[in-house]
Amino acid sequence: MNPLEPARAEPGPAFAVTLDGREIAALPGQTVATALWAAGVTSWRTTRGEGRPRGIFCGIGVCFDCLVTVNDRPNQRACLIPVRPGDAIRTQEGTGHEH
Amino acid sequence: MAGAACALYAARAGLDVTVVDRGPVAGGTTGAGEGNLLVSDKEPGPELELALLSNRLWADLAEDVGEAIEYEAKGGVVVASSEHGLAALTDLVAAQRAAGVVAEQVPADRLHDLEPHLAPGLAGGVHYPQDSQVMPTLAAAHILRASGARLLTGRTVTEVLRTADGAVRGVRTGHGDIHAPAVVNAAGTWGGEVAALAGVSLPVLPRRGFVLVTEPLPRRVRHKVYAADYVADVASDSAALQTSPVVEGTAAGPVLIGASRERVGFDRSFSLPVVRALAAGAVRLFPFLEEVRAMRTYAGFRPYMPDHLPAIGPDPRVPGLLHACGHEGAGIGLATGTGRLIAQVLGGKAPELDLAPFRPDRFEEEAA
Repeated sequence: MNPLEPARAEPGPAFAVTLDGREIAALPGQTVATALWAAGVTSWRTTRGEGRPRGIFCGIGVCFDCLVTVNDRPNQRACLIPVRPGDAIRTQEGTGHEH
Repeated sequence: MAGAACALYAARAGLDVTVVDRGPVAGGTTGAGEGNLLVSDKEPGPELELALLSNRLWADLAEDVGEAIEYEAKGGVVVASSEHGLAALTDLVAAQRAAGVVAEQVPADRLHDLEPHLAPGLAGGVHYPQDSQVMPTLAAAHILRASGARLLTGRTVTEVLRTADGAVRGVRTGHGDIHAPAVVNAAGTWGGEVAALAGVSLPVLPRRGFVLVTEPLPRRVRHKVYAADYVADVASDSAALQTSPVVEGTAAGPVLIGASRERVGFDRSFSLPVVRALAAGAVRLFPFLEEVRAMRTYAGFRPYMPDHLPAIGPDPRVPGLLHACGHEGAGIGLATGTGRLIAQVLGGKAPELDLAPFRPDRFEEEAA
């Protein structure tokens, strides 16, 4: 089994979203996190203190490690929010409120 | 926190100290607080005197461990939304100043110099530069470490050991006995239970509060900012839910939003109406918070005493038993002064504040 491939799922047609302006494909029903993972991206935030890379940790909305900026709104949990056509996803630095 | 401070000052006085906690460090009310070191919310009287002493002691401690415990002498700002509220606040300030509090009235058109993101249309406010903050869990841990006291966590005191003539000779825990000529009850909201183990009553009751935690932000709230009606809520005897907005930034970035008070026993269940009221109150003070995400909430139980004063000092009913609990929502702030006073009593010195208002047996007389 390849975790990047759907396992017996038959999702609807793919649509485009952007990560820092770069277009990536997403499937209906994915979260922002799964769309990013499927595109081979595992880190989309750096920590406030030391700028260390962060992505999915718990994957269930508890740990707040996977925070990401979507459509100009920072600090959303990538593991919980459904990805929607045209979403502008941006990697996030610091508090996400500094620029 | 009160126990940690007692340990620190007692150890500094040369005493051999063992700290026993049924949970981890800061596992009770300490870990559920905001870490406020406030003089602003206290009316003149013994609690304010204790707060002023405590704030001086916190500043001394901060010279050694200030950064580690996120000590910030950032000051408080109390705002009034109406002329009526402002008049009451102005009276309070005059009395507080006479008691040694530093407080500056801030006219409405200058409030934004102190807090640029405050809502428009407030009647005015008061700046209290002595108000400070620590991160309470870190403070308890670092102060315990600095004390050098023996620390026994995860040990529940099941009995207060007494001699044949009734004096304290130690405590029994699930892991054995600890012998000592003096036992300090610093069990916070559970202080009444420990007192009962020694055969005395101490009416400590839980007063629940929720805190709402936002996503980390750049510093937008500079002081501890709260509405003038908070002081009335603190002093109230009501069991019903009260909320008044209290907003503060933290060194780590999140903004903490309080404050609710209700007496519902030790019920930990989440209350959406309460946190909704907290959020609405905070947005009234700082409209930008409407766009900020709240990450989580936590709840704790303030150790509430019927007259809103803590129990500090020796218990005349049981020789060798001392109390240092019942500080309600001010326990972090009042911990240092409490610890200092307890250490002075343990060392046979005269305490630097009159302990009469804090006498642990004061409620018994009322009942009789």
